[in-house]
Amino acid sequence: MSLANETLASLRRRLAAREISPADIIRDLAAAIEAKNPSVGAYLSWDVDAAVTEAEQTDTSLPLGGVPIAIKDNINVTGQPCTCGSKILAENYRSPYDATSIRQLRAGGALPFGRLNMDEFAMGSSTENSALGVTRNPWDLDRIPGGSSGGSASSVASATAIAALGSDTGGSIRQPAALCGVVGVKPTYGRVSRFGLVAFASSLDQIGTLTKTVEDSALVLNHLCGHDPLDSTSLNEPVPDFAAALGRDIKGLRIGLPKEYFISGIHPAVADAVRAAIKTLESLGARVEEISLPHTDAGVSTYYILAPAEASANLARFDGVRYGHRTANATDILDHYFSSRAEGFGPEVKRRILLGTYVLSSGYYDAYYLKAQRARTLIRRDFEEAFQKVDVIVSPTAPSPAHKMGELKNNPLQAYLEDVFTIPANLAGLPAMSVPSGFAEEGGKKLPVGIQIIGKALDEVTMLRVAHAFEQASGLSHLAP
Amino acid sequence: MSAHAIDIQKAASLARLKLTPDEAALYESQLGKILDYMDVLARYDLGSVEPTAHAMPVHNVMRRDESRPSFTQDQALANAPKSSHHQFQIPKVVE
Repeated sequence: MSLANETLASLRRRLAAREISPADIIRDLAAAIEAKNPSVGAYLSWDVDAAVTEAEQTDTSLPLGGVPIAIKDNINVTGQPCTCGSKILAENYRSPYDATSIRQLRAGGALPFGRLNMDEFAMGSSTENSALGVTRNPWDLDRIPGGSSGGSASSVASATAIAALGSDTGGSIRQPAALCGVVGVKPTYGRVSRFGLVAFASSLDQIGTLTKTVEDSALVLNHLCGHDPLDSTSLNEPVPDFAAALGRDIKGLRIGLPKEYFISGIHPAVADAVRAAIKTLESLGARVEEISLPHTDAGVSTYYILAPAEASANLARFDGVRYGHRTANATDILDHYFSSRAEGFGPEVKRRILLGTYVLSSGYYDAYYLKAQRARTLIRRDFEEAFQKVDVIVSPTAPSPAHKMGELKNNPLQAYLEDVFTIPANLAGLPAMSVPSGFAEEGGKKLPVGIQIIGKALDEVTMLRVAHAFEQASGLSHLAP
Repeated sequence: MSAHAIDIQKAASLARLKLTPDEAALYESQLGKILDYMDVLARYDLGSVEPTAHAMPVHNVMRRDESRPSFTQDQALANAPKSSHHQFQIPKVVE
């Protein structure tokens, strides 16, 4: 069997026993990518020779020693492309530095290998907004992988990556993880340094993991998390051993089901999968109760004001001067800016820059931006009150299984509404993850469905423990199409 | 038809984005619909609620003001689409 099919934990055991070498893993991954990437399209680029050379120098005695990790194409790795799925960075850009997350993974012995497709600048939930390539769901190639970390989810699901990094601003790790049948974790805001992650919405963005199992996520998070002086929003908090907490039972743990999340419009298979998951959790001794998050219906509006507002400021750095696309025939400096940006950005990015600029502009700031910041407080308080009563919150990750390619392409508002269950955790800064919880049948194909587990701020340990207990009991682990 | 009339060219100008007439019409209609949806926020009494800029309470993070290693001039210019004399090159801005 190809090493590409194995979990990170299993590869680590075999590396430690010297049964295999890091370069063996790279070679098997390269063969898997060659075979599957033409149809799945998870990767935008990968450099086998450089990775083999690096692999031969890795220290396999380190906790992640010799394990390759595939990287979403918005996280800087020295000397590699970092396109963000955009034409504006596709021409010649090479990262001059490592993101802190990459530096920490390297310190743990891991090896960044391969660049994964994404919605342009992480704006989208389908990866269809990438300007650079089409990514498909490995379970049904006519369907989207979700997004924006669609390349990350589909690489892990198609066994062309052992584990992957993604970024999550409004669900961009959890939703594709659910749609592709893998585990996706967004840690607490501030747990993982954003230094070297190309900024989309700075108050919401967080780097996290996409893996085949809960244990694999915990192993990577052990190195990913930690304080970084280069990110002023990074939290100076001790990082527990996330993997050590797995395996403990969840007897007596209190699980909240937010009644506002079980709305009409949820796909029946998603509702069934959540109901079944709740039964499983109860059978493991957890106490399940209904809770209320009364401001849930303000989430999507709040997010689609704040995130574009922050994006419109962050993306001002693309000026065609220091890096990125530069128009060939500008008449003056203003025309240089207007044309370089118009030629470089795709439609969804332009839409969000315009929306963000509008809600921040004179006369509309109070009506939209300030109002959204106030609504964000109410959403945060909803969670604070709920977590007085429960230890974790469980919900569907996405309202439906993977859509067909192109289904939401001309309806941006409908696409935004798909983020309803994942957005609140970003607005409140809470850790949240998706684990596989079953399948929907559509047109004779099995499509994965996920449940979301939201934890208290900085309590990834309890969240991961519940996810692990569920994964072990349900047997929905390390799934392959 | 949207209840919100947006001056899309004004927003585009502030954002330094050149829009074709087709793009302007499309975005104007799409943003109008999105803003209609956002009227849901009007249901809540938000006037006295403290705004949240960041979910985590981290304020006024300071560091020592001292020099530290950074890019060389060549590294900083390596991704520039146009440079000359060890500087970024831009179109002429003064007559």
